[in-house]
Amino acid sequence: MSAHHEVGGALPPHAETATLEGKNKVMGFWLFLGGECVLFGTLFASFIALRNQVPDGPTGQEIFQLGTVALSTFILLTSSLTSVFGTMALHRGKLNQLLLWMTITILLGLAFLGLEIYEFKEYVHEGHVFSKSAFATSFYTLVGFHGAHVAFGVLWIGLLIVSSFKKGLTVVTAPKFYVAGLYWHFIDVVWVFIFTVVYLLGKVGP
Amino acid sequence: MAHSHKAKHYTGLMDWLTTVDHKKIGILYLVAGGLFFLMGGIEAILIRIQLMYPDNHIFIGDTFNALTTMHGTTMIFFAAMPMIFAFMNAVVPLQIGARDVAFPFVNALGFWLFFLGGVMLNVSWFLGGAPAAGWTAYAPLSGIVDSTIKYHGVDFYVVGLQIAGLGTLIGGINFLVTIINMRAPGMTYMRMPLFTWTAFITSALILFAFPAITVGLVELMFDRLFGGAFFEVSKGGNPVLWEHLFWIFGHPEVYILILPAFGIISEIVSTFSKKRLFGYSSMVFATALIGFLGFMVWVHHMFTTGIGPVGNAIFAVATMAIAIPTGVKIFNWLFTLWGGQITFSTANIFATAFIPTFVMGGTTGVMLAVPAADFQYHDTYFVVAHFHYVIVGGLVLGLFAGMYYWWPKMFGRMLNETLGKIHFWTFFIGFHLTFFPQHFLGLMGMPRRVFTYQPGVGLEEGNFISTIGAFLMGIGTIVFLINVIATSRLPQNAPADPWDGRTLEWAIPSPPPEYNFKQTPLVRGLDPLWKEKMAGNKEMTPAEPIGSIHMPSPSILPLIFSIGFFIAGFGFMYHTYSVAIIGLLIMLLSMFLRSVFDDHGYHIEPEELNDKGVKA
Repeated sequence: MSAHHEVGGALPPHAETATLEGKNKVMGFWLFLGGECVLFGTLFASFIALRNQVPDGPTGQEIFQLGTVALSTFILLTSSLTSVFGTMALHRGKLNQLLLWMTITILLGLAFLGLEIYEFKEYVHEGHVFSKSAFATSFYTLVGFHGAHVAFGVLWIGLLIVSSFKKGLTVVTAPKFYVAGLYWHFIDVVWVFIFTVVYLLGKVGP
Repeated sequence: MAHSHKAKHYTGLMDWLTTVDHKKIGILYLVAGGLFFLMGGIEAILIRIQLMYPDNHIFIGDTFNALTTMHGTTMIFFAAMPMIFAFMNAVVPLQIGARDVAFPFVNALGFWLFFLGGVMLNVSWFLGGAPAAGWTAYAPLSGIVDSTIKYHGVDFYVVGLQIAGLGTLIGGINFLVTIINMRAPGMTYMRMPLFTWTAFITSALILFAFPAITVGLVELMFDRLFGGAFFEVSKGGNPVLWEHLFWIFGHPEVYILILPAFGIISEIVSTFSKKRLFGYSSMVFATALIGFLGFMVWVHHMFTTGIGPVGNAIFAVATMAIAIPTGVKIFNWLFTLWGGQITFSTANIFATAFIPTFVMGGTTGVMLAVPAADFQYHDTYFVVAHFHYVIVGGLVLGLFAGMYYWWPKMFGRMLNETLGKIHFWTFFIGFHLTFFPQHFLGLMGMPRRVFTYQPGVGLEEGNFISTIGAFLMGIGTIVFLINVIATSRLPQNAPADPWDGRTLEWAIPSPPPEYNFKQTPLVRGLDPLWKEKMAGNKEMTPAEPIGSIHMPSPSILPLIFSIGFFIAGFGFMYHTYSVAIIGLLIMLLSMFLRSVFDDHGYHIEPEELNDKGVKA
């Protein structure tokens, strides 16, 4: 089996799928993202069903501040770009560039998380707490699930960066960086839908 | 078997706790699923004892509700699912000529998550009382929180199923990738044995159905533990949302359960008729179509919820459409038997008995698909009779057939055929005695989930016969256990190919060596082993020279991770967040260790392979 690849030797092209283990990992991760689509799809469905159920609490229109959210969106979409640069560096076999771009990616992720925490704090100040209404519960669940995904991604990619100082870029570590990139894109795509369905529709929609 | 490897090798209990070998994980699934099956069975018999006579007062009120809830939940999630995974683990890699599954570590993790999820659900009996809101846990009933905080009931359901559900999901991904990427040379999709095909479609259904129930359970958990308002009407919540989420998962789940049974029946009917499966391509197509349609029929569980005539009509037509691919399968099995040299071994008796029994369950299914009629049947024993005909008469007969068929491959021992036939007749007659009268009880108006009925309204005879039947099924199961125990004392001497089999698992010793195939086989057609036999060959043609074989190392981390999840679940349930954080840290630490320390596995060298001299 091709797992005998010399660590430190020249990387084959598309190192992430150069071994059977790598192929399996990439394929398995795509399928996992398919399941994640259903997970977020169900959360979106719950939110859309309950988004106007506000018996005596603030509505989305009253509390959402598009300025902060637009900044978050800008930051997260930029991080998607930097993670692509990381994957491109991976394909060129340039570990230092890969680590640089991935570090920028998680820093942007942290900035996004900071803004989200600030935003949630503001909402809580205005009485928009988790148990206030069905709208509030489904809002915090959907957006919070996404935030938890970002936080997990930051921890995961951070760990990959630190452990690659010792391991370098091999046919074992390349698939890990590659699927982490896929994961990061996925949570960015989910955010695009959150921005549209939750915030834009909440501000101007029916 | 002791080998001299550099990698760590455990023996005894530690071997089972750390194994990543799909064949051993299959046995773990079978044993654990069997234990939960016995618990669910005892609950069933207690329910039938209560309903044996009118106005009985043995298990009433909450106790009865807990029994029905736990019986349903245990049987579906912790007995039927793991036994399906047992066969998928034991058989699928062998049938496609693979040395292992795609993710051996994830496979072990899936098992331990399922197992600890089941333990979590069942310890509820000792910690204040089991959940009693029905196996469907409809809101708002399931949202009621005990103000004294002594009774946690539904919390165990919510957390236990989340842990087990994650295990099932990753198990499904593992089998999808295994079947896509790990097939032997020549094993094209349209040459895969039908059990592998059904395992493939079932895994796809798991991937797309389980996240929906996970979200439903999370929402119910947020409502119960953190004051959420998903299903809380006074805050704008909507209990119908739970019904949708539950059944968007729940209906595909029905096909997740039955499709592998279809696969088992297809293998057995073909082997014991000495014929190629009739209409193989249409079988594959029907399996895929059932899987596809399975996602479009969930509202037929909710006809009386008030969706409206248009919605009900659309879902009714979609439901009836499923009868078409299912009918295709029934006829294909009959045509496979037609003109075959049929051997009625115990496996084949179970398989052929499955066919008419499942048709009966399918017929009542089409009856229930008519909304106008369903308004009469809904929540009566007619529905109970229907789904037990498809799940027990379909799935469980299929599982027993599979056990008699693959037992020699899994354990290296044949089960006793005489005991097997006693098992079959007691179980089969007991099954029909139990559930056939329930059709009429339901039509006479006996509601399900109610703990008693009055005398003098014509329900006595049916219920009495039903309870006798349940005892008979219990006796049948005990005969099976005696069979297992008796044969386990005999020498491990099953031949490699006891049934004159057709597929690759019969080309290697029983039980197979840890690496399955010394040389990856070359597949030259459907029923590859049979094809070689007909060409006069005694074994498969190898597709590679003998070389060193790479194996994954055993690991304790799947168990540790699952225990962490288990602890975290308890922490959240009892609002003791320090415990929850400890559990979460154990999980994160396990993931950290798995990510940082790469598993290089070990190699079995050609000399060692020759030492063993394993030849069929």
